[in-house]
Amino acid sequence: MRFVDEFRDAALAEVLGREITALCEPGRHYKVMEVCGGHTHTIYRYGVQDHLPEAIELVHGPGCPVCVIPMGRVDDGIAIAEREDVVLTCFGDMMRVPGGRGSFLDANARGADIRMVYSPLDALRIARQNPDRQIVFYAIGFETTAPSTALTVLRAAAERIENFSVFCNHVTIIPAIKAILDSPDLRLDAFLGPGHVSTVIGCRPYEWISRDFGMPLVCAGFEPLDLLQSVYMIMKQFAEGRAEVENQYGRVVQYDGNPVALKVLSDVFTLRPFFEWRGLGSIAHSALQLSPTYARYDAELRYELPGVRVADPKACQCGEVLKGVLKPWECKVFGTACTPETPIGTCMVSSEGACAAYYNYGQYAKQRLSLEVLQ
Amino acid sequence: MCLAIPGQLVEFLPGNGDQLALVDVVGVKRKINVGLLEDVQLEVGDYVLIHVGFAMSKVDEKEAAEALAMLELMGQAFTDELQAVAESSIE
Repeated sequence: MRFVDEFRDAALAEVLGREITALCEPGRHYKVMEVCGGHTHTIYRYGVQDHLPEAIELVHGPGCPVCVIPMGRVDDGIAIAEREDVVLTCFGDMMRVPGGRGSFLDANARGADIRMVYSPLDALRIARQNPDRQIVFYAIGFETTAPSTALTVLRAAAERIENFSVFCNHVTIIPAIKAILDSPDLRLDAFLGPGHVSTVIGCRPYEWISRDFGMPLVCAGFEPLDLLQSVYMIMKQFAEGRAEVENQYGRVVQYDGNPVALKVLSDVFTLRPFFEWRGLGSIAHSALQLSPTYARYDAELRYELPGVRVADPKACQCGEVLKGVLKPWECKVFGTACTPETPIGTCMVSSEGACAAYYNYGQYAKQRLSLEVLQ
Repeated sequence: MCLAIPGQLVEFLPGNGDQLALVDVVGVKRKINVGLLEDVQLEVGDYVLIHVGFAMSKVDEKEAAEALAMLELMGQAFTDELQAVAESSIE
């Protein structure tokens, strides 16, 4: 097995696996959602599920920034990029996300100028270097990434760079978790909390999940052992009749988060009344827009946008995958019409998407599954 | 895009709101922004996790080494990220 071959502490993984098994209540099935796409990647890459008893099912959540961008917002980006004076900049993951009018790569083939950048600060540099062009940064990401955009806007303001603006698609994780808990489609037992998001927001914002829903949540690191240890912490809570927020990733995540990052977020952004998520629909107060103080850097105010809601392709079941209702391989077009080379849905585009992660690394799990069926 | 790459602080750079620093990322020196860690005691030689050009948390040497070992096993996603870092030029 990959995990055992490559993972340097396979013995500890075995011990944890056994201890987790011992904590399972006989006859009970546990659904544990990993909220973060980075965790999904680790789980498939290292076969973490193989080290867990059958009673524990890992369910993939909505925490992939690229995956949740609806088609209409891709089209809005293309409309901005089609203006003569505009250079649209975005993270590389965004280039192949399908919209109603194709992807950013397709738009470039039609003559638009959409450039990949590593950092929003690269977009600001392009603005400095091209005072005669308008540089728009297509911002995506959860609370992990939003403070970087915020600091970039503050730098633009400090340097009075006026040919720079942000098309803001930053989303927030808590309302998405609430939407999943409120949905009748899925009954969950516990959460693996996101690692990097929590370095910014800390662990307190999750406390309502254990308080109001009686569910354990453990903020987890990104190594396979981190995930196994976090599942162990969850199972220990069940065994002891507790439901609490705990922090397994204490070597990086502070319980109160990063106060500087939280301050720049509240200075630069306000919550949108509503934002449409691909697959999850419209969720109240789930996304950020530039605050009135920095509205002059808001591309949505600077440019006229189509702003049209575009329905996902009928064959695509990313919505169900993002909510954890379907496993990637249960989607009708998985691996046939929809592949990383020609994605129909967003979950197949980003390496953090459950479908792409499973497509690239999931063959072991698939083999195991087919063996189970045969037996 | 949600990767956080460890880097070692080499030098703090003046100007730009004193937010820039030179870090060693897998043997290559890059400029990053350390503004989000302004209330954290940072010194040359410290390790930070870097996300889209910004230091997001200070970590110890052991955590940095483990995070890097983990990323190196990720294959293409990490190669792409390093390529993006190499093409980045933060000011």
